[in-house]
Amino acid sequence: MDRTQFLLALSVALFALGLVGVIIRRNALVMLMCMELMVNGVILSLVTFAARTATASGAVLALLVFVVAAAEIAIAIPIVLLLVRQRQTLDVGAYARLKG
Amino acid sequence: MESVLLYAFSAAALTGALLVLIARHPMRVALALIATMLSLACIYALLGVHVIAVFQVLIYVGAVMVFMVFVIMLLDTRDPSFVNRYSRLLVPGVLVATLLAAGLGHALARHYVAGPVSTSPADFRLQPFSAGFLREYWLHFELTSVLLIAAVVAAVAVIQGRGGRDG
Repeated sequence: MDRTQFLLALSVALFALGLVGVIIRRNALVMLMCMELMVNGVILSLVTFAARTATASGAVLALLVFVVAAAEIAIAIPIVLLLVRQRQTLDVGAYARLKG
Repeated sequence: MESVLLYAFSAAALTGALLVLIARHPMRVALALIATMLSLACIYALLGVHVIAVFQVLIYVGAVMVFMVFVIMLLDTRDPSFVNRYSRLLVPGVLVATLLAAGLGHALARHYVAGPVSTSPADFRLQPFSAGFLREYWLHFELTSVLLIAAVVAAVAVIQGRGGRDG
C-alpha cells in the first residue's frame, strides 16, 4: 500500500465516519460538524491527487471547496438558530412537522 | 521519518473523527473536530501542499470552527439531545456507512493504479501557486466572492426575513 492509496483510504474512512455521524446523532449542531468531517474527507482526497500529479488544479479545487464549506456553515448556522428559537431544542427529532 | 509522521497524524485524525461520533457535549465534539482538522493540516504540510495546509488552519479552524464554538456557547442549554446522543437510526446508519466504506475500499483495493508519484512540490509554493491561481482560475475566484456575498445576504435574510416579528 503506497502513500496515495493509504491517504485515499483515510479519506474514505473520514467520509464514512462523517456520514455515520450525520445519520445517527440527534443534535443539530453535531450533525453540522459531521458534515464538515465529510467535507474534510473529500478535501483530503483532492489534495492527495493534487500532490500525486503535482498539478495546481487539485489544490485550487480544494480551495474552492473551502469557500463553499464556509458559505454552507454561514447559511446553516442561522437556520439552526432560527429552529432553536422556534422549538427551544437542538434535538432534530422534535422537528417532525413535515412527517406525513 | 516522514512516513512515521504521516501515519501518526492519520491515526490522530481517525481518533478525532471517532471522538466526534462518541462525545456527548457539542463542545467536546467541536474540540475533537478541531483536532482532526489540525491533523489533516499537518498531513497536507507533509505532502508539500503548504498553501492548503495554511488555509485549512485559517479558514476551517480559525473561522468555521470558532464560529461553531461561539454558537455552541450561545445555545448552551440543557438539551435532550445531550442525554440521548443517538437517534433510532443508529443501527441502519452504521450499516449504510459500513457498506459505503466497504464498497469504496474494495474499489480502492481492486482498481487502484500505482502510478508514478511526483515529488516536485515546487508548484505548491505560494508564489507559483497564487500566480497560476489568479491567471488561470480568476473567474472561479471571482465567482467565490459572489457566492460568499450571497451567503452573507442569505444569512441576514434568514435571521431577519420574517419582518422582525420575532425579534
